[in-house]
Amino acid sequence: MPARIEGHAILRGPRAEIDASQTAVEQAMAQHGYGREALFAVRLALEEALVNAIRHGNRHVPDGQVDFRWSVDGDEARFDVRDQGEGFDPDAVPDPTDDDNLEIPSGRGIMLMKAYMSEVEYRDPGNHLAMVYRKTKNA
Amino acid sequence: MANDSSRLRISAVNDVVRIDFVDRDILDEATIRQIGQDIQRKLEPMTAPKVLMCFGVVEHLSSAALGTLITVNSLVKKKGGTLRLAEIRPEILEVFYITKLNKHFSIDESAEAALKALA
Repeated sequence: MPARIEGHAILRGPRAEIDASQTAVEQAMAQHGYGREALFAVRLALEEALVNAIRHGNRHVPDGQVDFRWSVDGDEARFDVRDQGEGFDPDAVPDPTDDDNLEIPSGRGIMLMKAYMSEVEYRDPGNHLAMVYRKTKNA
Repeated sequence: MANDSSRLRISAVNDVVRIDFVDRDILDEATIRQIGQDIQRKLEPMTAPKVLMCFGVVEHLSSAALGTLITVNSLVKKKGGTLRLAEIRPEILEVFYITKLNKHFSIDESAEAALKALA
């Protein structure tokens, strides 16, 4: 089994930066034997996390950056996403699965992250997201 | 047959507008916005449109893409039409179930089944 693989990127917004980070994570997970389900789950959760940080987190931050750190070993993949915004209260986001909210086009990113990752934690003041995917989750 | 977008293949099957995605990933915000605009432009002049959206090649889609689907569904309903989704891979279908959007959309396993339902 290869050693733990780590990565770090500063994301400013262009799509190519997100794609490059996603590819690096996928390659590391593949090296550590994560399966198709795991790759799908992490790709989806990371997509939501990184786009949320760039689009919503740094919305009012001119030239804002997102600090993205990750590590993958044989047991788990860990992700830290920090934007430069003032944060938010994730508990204040309406439940998109309520019947009254089903027709609202936005607001599903956080619930998808929680559904697909083993751990999802927004740290105060809400501009630092920590996520973990454990291989055993879907083994 | 019309080809309104490089990201979509739009065709007519009898009185049904069939929309096939051509990309494996529906993730990029600009692309998603373009897809929404292309579909709206196609449906805008129509009355009570019957629409089939096929996801046969789609392997990944984001919550932003789900949002566009909801917007398209609202437009179709507003016009008195019907939208059905088909050929959704199991992994993507799970996303619809997790978000409970399976209750919001009419989903068929195959394009043939959807076309039959729309007939």
